[in-house]
Amino acid sequence: MNFPGMKSIYLFEMARFYRTISQSLFSPVLSTVLYFIVFGSAIGSRIQEVDGVSYGAFIVPGLIMLSVLTQSISNASFGIYFPKFLGSIYELHTAPISYLEIVIGYVGAAATKSIIIGLVILATASLFVPLHIQHFPAMIAFLVLTSISFSLFGFIIGLWSKNFEQLQLVPLLVITPLVFLGGSFYSISMLPPFWQTVTLFNPVVYLISGFRWSFYGTSDVSLGLSLAMIFLFLITCLGVIWWTFKTGFKIKD
Amino acid sequence: MSSIISVQDLSKEYDNGFKALKNINLEIEQGEVIALLGPNGAGKTTLISIICGLVSPTSGQVLVGGNNVIKDYRKARSMIGLVPQEIALEPFQSVMNGMKFTRGLFGKRPDAELMKDILMRLSLWDKRDAKTMELSGGMKRRVLIAKALCHEPAVLFLDEPTAGVDVELRKDMWAVIEQLKAEGVTIILTTHYIEEAEAIADRVGIIRKGDLLLVEQKETLMQRMGQRQMVIELSEPIIAIPKNLKPFNLEYSSEDLTLTYSYEASGERTGIASLFTELSNAKIILRDVQTHQSSLEDIFVDLIGDKS
Ligand SMILES: Nc1ncnc2c1ncn2[C@@H]1O[C@H](COP(=O)(O)OP(=O)(O)OP(=O)(O)O)[C@@H](O)[C@H]1O
Ligand SMILES: [Mg+2]
Repeated sequence: MNFPGMKSIYLFEMARFYRTISQSLFSPVLSTVLYFIVFGSAIGSRIQEVDGVSYGAFIVPGLIMLSVLTQSISNASFGIYFPKFLGSIYELHTAPISYLEIVIGYVGAAATKSIIIGLVILATASLFVPLHIQHFPAMIAFLVLTSISFSLFGFIIGLWSKNFEQLQLVPLLVITPLVFLGGSFYSISMLPPFWQTVTLFNPVVYLISGFRWSFYGTSDVSLGLSLAMIFLFLITCLGVIWWTFKTGFKIKD
Repeated sequence: MSSIISVQDLSKEYDNGFKALKNINLEIEQGEVIALLGPNGAGKTTLISIICGLVSPTSGQVLVGGNNVIKDYRKARSMIGLVPQEIALEPFQSVMNGMKFTRGLFGKRPDAELMKDILMRLSLWDKRDAKTMELSGGMKRRVLIAKALCHEPAVLFLDEPTAGVDVELRKDMWAVIEQLKAEGVTIILTTHYIEEAEAIADRVGIIRKGDLLLVEQKETLMQRMGQRQMVIELSEPIIAIPKNLKPFNLEYSSEDLTLTYSYEASGERTGIASLFTELSNAKIILRDVQTHQSSLEDIFVDLIGDKS
């Protein structure tokens, strides 16, 4: 294994995060605060409790996931797309480094950023609502797994994108609706039966449900199913990346 | 001695069906400087890209230090430094961080002494903390060279290293190449400047439309090139070349009324003075005299023109 090579990529990506630390952290924190004001206070004053948890506290896991998902995708996709755009990707192709090592470097850095952002949002949220995390190790595990899975997904988008529009389209058109319809702000059981069934096709539901379970011990779907879905997504992403590199698709002639 | 780079029956057809390389065979010895010349679109960059791992070949194979560039890519690539034709740098990264990044990619630990040495040689030491976007075009090109050198490659590829570099700096770069050669680094460069090939190459290869037309020692080419010709226009036709002019091996053209004398430009005695003496002894009246030197460029143009 080329450890200095992976470290080089990882540190380079993290350097961009530090360089723009205020933007990197400020925007997710700001949007979290806004969500608390709008959803937590305005809606929370009407809905007192969901599944025995105050509405303000109920939305915290969903809010964290919202940022973790979007940040994972945008960081990882940008990380690999930008060198492609600049042409500086030639360095990766001419270096004695394997595709797996490249993926570990980029995805590792993107996931690290997301985990940091997730924890910062958690800290911000604790200023607004009292938080009890029932299953702390499980909460961390969900955070880490989600960050890695969606960073892999972002990496795929970055590899496949031919221009900046494509780079932004997927997060905008796919991820935002999935997250909003994924039970971030409500319990699935609050929906009419038909929509409950439709929702079960949304992978984000399983993420948020499992993540919320680690906080409050209640969930929309069973924990085992949540975990199975995350691993399925992770393995699918790995498979797609492996296939992309194997066929040289969009990377080499 | 076995070659450090061995290109065997290499062909490349791009996805759009364009044949960029046609059955290239090339052996490059350790420590030599080889210049690849050829018009735009000849396939120079494609050839380099395949050796360096940027483009996959359609058929044939390439060995670097005996390692197949695809199967043993780690070993092969570890030996190679590439300076690409296009400037491609991370705009916000400092020169020094860029070098550390590259060295890391090649699996090597940081080496501050070496970085300093490379930057000094390339007159970039002052700019070590500058972001690449703050540098001029010529400086950026030198940063690319610095990055290519920072993992101590045994083989260095320079794809048009002096494009956009001013005359003085070009000479500095040639000096850097000389020095690397002295250290035993094998250098392959492409260029459109024939004087560059003349100045620094041991061998010259000429590529045209995906074919490697010739690879020859520079001296061999220089010999052809070192010939100078003097064309003497006569005012009247002559029947035959007079006896006293025979030793000069003149060529007579009755159409143009010219005598052509070929001589070594570098020779101590060109024989021009005695030729004029003998011409006047033979009572030949001259109208005009021109001299003409065939350059590598002429040979190049001849070759390129011939087969098109
Ligand atoms: N990705 C590609 N897809 C299709 N054709 C390509 C591709 N890259 C290069 N070519 C074609 O292959 C040929 C050789 O290109 P190459 O870049 O190797 O030329 P070159 O000798 O380096 O030229 P120059 O002196 O202009 O740099 C050109 O005709 C070019 O149009
Ligand atoms: Mg080229």
